[in-house]
Amino acid sequence: MNWGSAAEFFAMGGYGLFVWGSYAVSAAVIVAELALLVRRRRTCLRRISRRVTSEKSAS
Amino acid sequence: MALNLWRFASPQVIYPIAGRMAPMFMAAALVLGLVGLYIGFFVAPTDFQQGESYRIIFIHVPAAWMSMVIYLAMAFWCAVGMIMNTRLSFMMALALAPTGALMTFIALWTGALWGKPTWGAWWVWDARLTSELILLFLYIGFMSLHAAIDDVRRADRAAGLLALVGVVNVPIIYFSVQWWNTLHQGASVSLTRAPSMATTMLTGMLIMALAAWMYSIAASLMRLRVIILEREADADWVREQIAPAWRGART
Amino acid sequence: MEAVLDTARENRTGLAGVFVSVVQRDLLLAVRRRADVLTSFFFFIIVVSLFPLGVGPEPNTLREIAPGVVWVAALLASMLALHRLLAGDYADGTLEQLVLSAQPLTLLVLGKILAHWLVTGIPLVLIAPLLGLQFGLPGDALAVMTLGLLLGTPVLSMLGAIGAALTLGVRGAGGLVALLVLPLYIPVLIFGAGAVSAAMSGQSVEGHMSLLAAFLLFSVVVAPWATAAAIRIAME
Repeated sequence: MNWGSAAEFFAMGGYGLFVWGSYAVSAAVIVAELALLVRRRRTCLRRISRRVTSEKSAS
Repeated sequence: MALNLWRFASPQVIYPIAGRMAPMFMAAALVLGLVGLYIGFFVAPTDFQQGESYRIIFIHVPAAWMSMVIYLAMAFWCAVGMIMNTRLSFMMALALAPTGALMTFIALWTGALWGKPTWGAWWVWDARLTSELILLFLYIGFMSLHAAIDDVRRADRAAGLLALVGVVNVPIIYFSVQWWNTLHQGASVSLTRAPSMATTMLTGMLIMALAAWMYSIAASLMRLRVIILEREADADWVREQIAPAWRGART
Repeated sequence: MEAVLDTARENRTGLAGVFVSVVQRDLLLAVRRRADVLTSFFFFIIVVSLFPLGVGPEPNTLREIAPGVVWVAALLASMLALHRLLAGDYADGTLEQLVLSAQPLTLLVLGKILAHWLVTGIPLVLIAPLLGLQFGLPGDALAVMTLGLLLGTPVLSMLGAIGAALTLGVRGAGGLVALLVLPLYIPVLIFGAGAVSAAMSGQSVEGHMSLLAAFLLFSVVVAPWATAAAIRIAME
């Protein structure tokens, strides 16, 4: 193990802002990508079902 | 044999296959990511010159590698689409692009945050970072061109041609930027790690690279499925199986 | 317009003749729409002149930024002039005729690009030395800049043609073409401006010039073909 305590771990030898800034933004970006993807899929399926339903009821 | 392979050019066939594969790749990405990060933070020692700030490489380098690999894959699928005239190939290229752009962004962001403590500036015009920036422009250009053309088939092929022109130019651009960078040596420095990297550091980096690769595949497959749904919205299989099943699962 | 093309076609046969006809026609059209042509020329001059106003008149600074400024301005002026290459013909149906004709589209495209460069590129090459003087560039640097632009501006026209063809008839094509093509211009920019800087510091410019010539050769071979492919994609 490299770290004596949790505080040391978060401080990253003084570079905490840079290291955690990197990882935090990267994680946020990945989460955002997946979230946007899920939302896109949902919107698409909702639109398709709505169309299928309305066409069925029209016929 | 050939007849069998053409099955996989059908969106309808690939849709469920991608659906089964994506979670597996995502799981692999998660496992590898956790292992890689563990090694990166708890096993790899402190760097002699850069202290703890070097630990950014465990995400910076894999992201940079993926950004280039994805561009190549994107161009590959565009080439397949142009030659074989299969629309699924273009869909795959389109599915890869946003993930590639995101990887490029991560590489740039982490590169800047690594450069600041190391070299004192938020942005250093070193060859690799500058090439990454240009690669981001290429990704954005690809996506913008596709979005700007209304006719999907024309959009696919125009963006496909652009990707191929881009891929030919990437080595030329990289070589030019590298030359430009060495010329102006005084102002710029390279973020390349010294070749003598501790084994643990290298291992951590490689595992993270693998994790990034698994993630990219998973995200692209997920996006591919959505693109298939969007484009094949009028197809029977979508209307009669997928949409009702989705609605049924929600109620 | 059609009459010009027909007459030229009657008087000449074979691929060379067709090529010359296309060049002739485009030059004639450019002469008739002079305002179009002059716009990008004056744009070039204005943009170059703007930099001292923004940066300050300090001679050493100006001399140092001059290569980059002139080359970037040439890039932007080329971009501005691109829409003239294909948009007009696309709108009035001439492009369709060219695509459908029995002649190889690549050759016709090469002709159009040549005419375009003669009209928009050459003026930049000619006026650049004067603008370089404004920035206090010494004689040999001016020569290197002029030669560099002579080699580089055709490449700009050719890469630009690919972008113009990809965005035919697309909304907001102007900005989009810039986004697509400017990254591809970067090697030309680096070596073109780099050559002038090297000349100023007394270094050899052989490498730069060779590379610019190589880019030119490469584009002549690849760009018209890619442009033709892009035109076909747009016209389907």
